[in-house]
Amino acid sequence: MVGMAEAATAPSAVSGLGTAEPRASGMAMVIFSGDLDKALAAFIIANGAAAMDIPVSIFFTFWGLNILRKEGPVTLKSPKSTTEKMFGWMMPRGMSHLKLSKLNMAGLGTRMIKNRMGEKKVMSLAHLVQMARDQGVRLIACTMTMDLMGIRREELLDGIDFGGVGTFVAAADDSRSTLFI
Amino acid sequence: MTLDMEHLRLLKADKTVDARGVACPGPLLEAKRAVTAVPMHGVMEVISSDEGTTEDVPLWARKVGHEYLGTIADAGLWHIFVRKEK
Repeated sequence: MVGMAEAATAPSAVSGLGTAEPRASGMAMVIFSGDLDKALAAFIIANGAAAMDIPVSIFFTFWGLNILRKEGPVTLKSPKSTTEKMFGWMMPRGMSHLKLSKLNMAGLGTRMIKNRMGEKKVMSLAHLVQMARDQGVRLIACTMTMDLMGIRREELLDGIDFGGVGTFVAAADDSRSTLFI
Repeated sequence: MTLDMEHLRLLKADKTVDARGVACPGPLLEAKRAVTAVPMHGVMEVISSDEGTTEDVPLWARKVGHEYLGTIADAGLWHIFVRKEK
């Protein structure tokens, strides 16, 4: 921890504390995974970075898109194909339906960790996502994988952004750290 | 520059953030939110039962331009003092 702290503060010590900000100062993340534990870790990091006034962009692709799905019924603007419907049924509908990447044990492990999080006063994923949005963390859904998996814009949380690889690369180029989760 | 224990104990906080029982990153987020209500050069005290906060708050303070004054450890709680400088 001490070693990490020194490493993290070294660049600002060189440039002079609180003076000239380097050009690239953000944090860019890809959330590829739709696992509960990985999503929790990602949003804890995002919130921590945002608290340190680091602009954060999170790009959601593949299974990570499920984190952004609305949990209630959605009126679609146009009907889905059978394959698209099947993808929708098979994947978790929203952040409260995610499972642990390990020790899920048919849902038992996930229930246990959620209970434990409550006891230990660890913020729920929903709370972390809300805090992140309140802090200005930018959430971007990957339109290519949305199309691939038949997820429509109206099925995802309101107020998020949509983009392609260019959006992520631009955000990564403005960042000093990039994470793939 | 951090203060010695004697001076830390004499500090009167302009704002106290009670983050007891809250897990990471809760105390840091509460500190960030609360600092807006602290007058310039005023002192904020963060009370946490999460040991990681004793690393996180000083790093945050340095990063965003506040002055970390020191930490008092007391019976499983940490009182972390920061002077608002930005």
